[in-house]
Amino acid sequence: MKAIAVVGASLAGLRAAEALRRDGFDGQLHLIGDEPHRPYDRPPLSKQVLAGEWDSDRTWLISPEQLDDLGVHAHFGVRATGLDVAGTTVTLASGDALAVDGVVIATGARCRTLGDPLPGVFTLRGLDDALALRAALERSPQRVVVIGAGFIGAEVAATARELGIEVTMVEMAAAPFERSLGADMGAVLAEIHRDHGVDLRLGVGWAGFVGNDAVEGVALTNGTTIAADVVVVGVGVTPNTEWLASSGLDVTNGVLCDETSLAAPNVVAAGDVARWPNAHFGDVMRVEHWDNATTQGVHAAKRLLHGDSAGAYAPTPWFWSDQYDRKLQLAGRTTGADSFQIVDGDIESRRFAAIYGRAGQIVAVLGMNRPRHVMRYRGLIDSQTSFSDALVAEF
Amino acid sequence: MSFKVVVDYDLCESNAICMQIAPEVFEVRDDDFLYLLTETPDDNLRAKVEESAQRCPKQAIKVLDEEEEEEA
Repeated sequence: MKAIAVVGASLAGLRAAEALRRDGFDGQLHLIGDEPHRPYDRPPLSKQVLAGEWDSDRTWLISPEQLDDLGVHAHFGVRATGLDVAGTTVTLASGDALAVDGVVIATGARCRTLGDPLPGVFTLRGLDDALALRAALERSPQRVVVIGAGFIGAEVAATARELGIEVTMVEMAAAPFERSLGADMGAVLAEIHRDHGVDLRLGVGWAGFVGNDAVEGVALTNGTTIAADVVVVGVGVTPNTEWLASSGLDVTNGVLCDETSLAAPNVVAAGDVARWPNAHFGDVMRVEHWDNATTQGVHAAKRLLHGDSAGAYAPTPWFWSDQYDRKLQLAGRTTGADSFQIVDGDIESRRFAAIYGRAGQIVAVLGMNRPRHVMRYRGLIDSQTSFSDALVAEF
Repeated sequence: MSFKVVVDYDLCESNAICMQIAPEVFEVRDDDFLYLLTETPDDNLRAKVEESAQRCPKQAIKVLDEEEEEEA
């Protein structure tokens, strides 16, 4: 290959570009990102950056010198507008058309929104979002209403409480993180938020915003209204695939790939935007976690350079979330779990590890302030250990 | 070329990813702190240590060539 375009300049795209160079690709390498910034790290945005503990300079994933050393043609602040798969050509909003031999699709996802935009209503995905929300929190709002108790919602709620701001968190499901942890473990998280003073409203949804020139409150599906001068909407993301509409690729809920991360000949995808059959779990998945962006970015680069010999991409997904002084980690998938056991510590102390089983196999491990156990049991998930063997494993 | 591994403990949050990739070098103990088992691992562990550095969620691990270290 003489030229490759990496479309998307966040974690997956950057790791793919680095892996291409590491694996000996010395041709033309384009790195295209719609944000004006060079690649930066997102996890601190809802925590250290939002809390004002970190300057945004601490989030850069790469220095300008390292970017030079990588030898990329950086197209930052430029949106990709189309992909011609047969001719492997990427068109850009600037009007340029990049004729290349390989393409890495890593355009990620964007926040879903609710209703019409109103001053005081925020989403949090990018660096500019974080700085805008931080400025709003610094103006000492009376109350922040967080809609959605997933990663963004729960972390923003924790950060705002630690800043001494009153927080109401609204969640349609019966517990925070219910989809990834299940209802019982989600309830543990609910208790933690309530202990830290969050007014948590479960089983109720957003019905509308109150206010004309700026948000003044949130109307809920149960007929109540909560006064708020800052609202953070954390109700999930939509994969950025519109630019691929005429490419012929299947972009239903992300770019559909084969088990090796290949979407079409000489076109691979990685990170939040990619959907692929994970042979290990027998499931077609799209994973929105940091670790997957890194590992799939690297894998996709190998697939592009080395073909089938790169093998299937079948990782055990893993995420972490820091809320207050608790570190939550989940490895694997709890979907369809039929057994569950606390294997270390106890729920009362909020320091424990628990494993989930499905059809006799260990499929997930959850840790709260138990990173060592999570990684040990993750190894058992990787090696497809039986649930009964995992129960008696000693770590 | 031999190499040295350096952990920034101010950044490290003991996510233990490194321990899963290179248990010969990294160990998170029962106190939830990360311990380096060696600062100068064998060269055959370099790929694993570099993967650990890449996949550290806090970017707290650096891999230095011995030369770089002397320069620094």
